[in-house]
Amino acid sequence: MIELIVYGIVLGSIIALGAIGLTMVYRIVGFANFAHGEFMTGGAYVALFVVTILLPWIGFPDSRFVPLSFGWRMVIAFPIAMAVVAILAIALDKILYKKLRAKKSGPVILAMASLGASFIIRMTILIIWGSDYIFYRPGLMRPALDLPLSVKIRPDQIFIFCAAIFLVILLHLFLKRTKMGKAMRATADNTDLALVTGIDTERIIAWTWAIGGGLAAAGGVLYGIDVQLHPGMGWNFLIPIFAATILGSIGNIYGALIGGFVIGIAQQVSTAFLAPTYKLAVAFMIMILILLIRPQGIFGKE
Amino acid sequence: MTILKVDSVSAGYVPESNILHDLSLELNEGEIVSVIGPNGAGKSTLLKTIFGLLKPKSGKIQLKNEVISGLKPFRIAQKGVSYVPQVNNVFPSLTIQENLEMGAFIRSDDYSDTMEEVYTLFPVLKERKNQKAGQLSGGQRQMVAMGRALMLKPEVLLLDEPSAGLAPIFVSSIFDKIKEINATGVSIIIVEQNAKEALKMSHRGYVLAMGQNVLDDKSDALLANEEVGRLYLGG
Ligand SMILES: Nc1ncnc2c1ncn2[C@@H]1O[C@H](COP(=O)(O)OP(=O)(O)OP(=O)(O)O)[C@@H](O)[C@H]1O
Ligand SMILES: [Mg+2]
Repeated sequence: MIELIVYGIVLGSIIALGAIGLTMVYRIVGFANFAHGEFMTGGAYVALFVVTILLPWIGFPDSRFVPLSFGWRMVIAFPIAMAVVAILAIALDKILYKKLRAKKSGPVILAMASLGASFIIRMTILIIWGSDYIFYRPGLMRPALDLPLSVKIRPDQIFIFCAAIFLVILLHLFLKRTKMGKAMRATADNTDLALVTGIDTERIIAWTWAIGGGLAAAGGVLYGIDVQLHPGMGWNFLIPIFAATILGSIGNIYGALIGGFVIGIAQQVSTAFLAPTYKLAVAFMIMILILLIRPQGIFGKE
Repeated sequence: MTILKVDSVSAGYVPESNILHDLSLELNEGEIVSVIGPNGAGKSTLLKTIFGLLKPKSGKIQLKNEVISGLKPFRIAQKGVSYVPQVNNVFPSLTIQENLEMGAFIRSDDYSDTMEEVYTLFPVLKERKNQKAGQLSGGQRQMVAMGRALMLKPEVLLLDEPSAGLAPIFVSSIFDKIKEINATGVSIIIVEQNAKEALKMSHRGYVLAMGQNVLDDKSDALLANEEVGRLYLGG
């Protein structure tokens, strides 16, 4: 049981990286971005491209930080994946969502457009890479460490948790300490007043996409390290990240973080009682329950 | 000298209908001008139009000798006009200090002196600078809103009902602060429900009704005018 909770925390940190971006986009851009899961998939495959094609091609040596399953190639691929997806997210906003905003389309239209975008991204990845399950480093034995309380955990999983927490702390410092971060919080608080204050809200929106896309990409890469890659991986994360977002009160970054852990733990613990294929159903059930009992989420006001 | 001139402006929120009809107003350098009138007269709409949140459909607005109608709000802010909206005029989850920093968002120079000036004007804000604006009382929130607007060192300040919802003792202290701000050389347009009080501290006043000019005169004259008293000053 304790082991499942630990696995849940690892899964939860990946869900949280998706949920934080989703909740920020909802708060500042004003709609539910159904393409958010595809940002995760996109990040995972960009890193795959860098690790298995780009870096070998330029002759960058292979290495591995034993006992972790990856080495310097992944260290380079990780920020590249985040940056590429960040740019893609901004581009998607400029060519699609911004046009709809200019037409004063409502949140439902924008959400539907994002659903369409998600299909296009997923299919593009499918066409390029095929539908196979892929490892960053195939054929590697990944022994688990024995921790006290008979918890078995792979070193990669400890890394995943630490990496996610590191990114969340970076985000926190960005929002609290930098001028752009404060302006982002101001815009989230009151967009009209931000405009009156002279904050260029379109620029804030671009930053929001960059951060949301970058964090989702990080989540995708971490999931790829933990498990494996598949073009549908991000789509399968969509329900958990929505559940985490709603649970933590839509628009609340710290709520999304907590929500991510709660959903991750619930999903993993459920495997003690249910077949693992019901994991998504568990996230979905939690989401429905929250919507029925406390639609404003745990941190929302009455 | 006229610093701001609204010249026969018509404006509205939707293409088909106007809220302001051929409205004109002048603000001279160093003046406080009050805009009074019944609910829905278009007072807030007038300030929004001056600040570029609404685009005039006809007429023009000039700041000194430059036409500013049609410019984006942040451009108008850069030219020295600050605006305090009637409602939702602070960032509730930001601290007082952060609210003031946001006020200086478009400044690239060192604004610490300006912040000290704002804190000198509103000492209570300095005491609570790390408190979230959403937790403050209405009066303190109004001070944050004004402080935020002053961070740009504006030449013209547009205030939309700064005393709305405040207890009477805070009303007079807010009005005192407005006089202090004016004494530092800021020209002010103030929209007020507390019409009598507002006229008492201002140089001139404009009466609006249904988006049109009804009357404008020196404040004393408006205060002495029986009809204005009966219709707009509550007796
Ligand atoms: N955002 C808006 N969209 C459409 N119509 C609006 C909007 N804001 C105000 N109006 C309308 O414009 C008219 C003038 O409103 P305005 O807020 O300018 O009046 P006001 O004189 O400031 O009144 P109050 O004393 O109540 O603040 C009203 O009929 C109002 O219904
Ligand atoms: Mg008003």
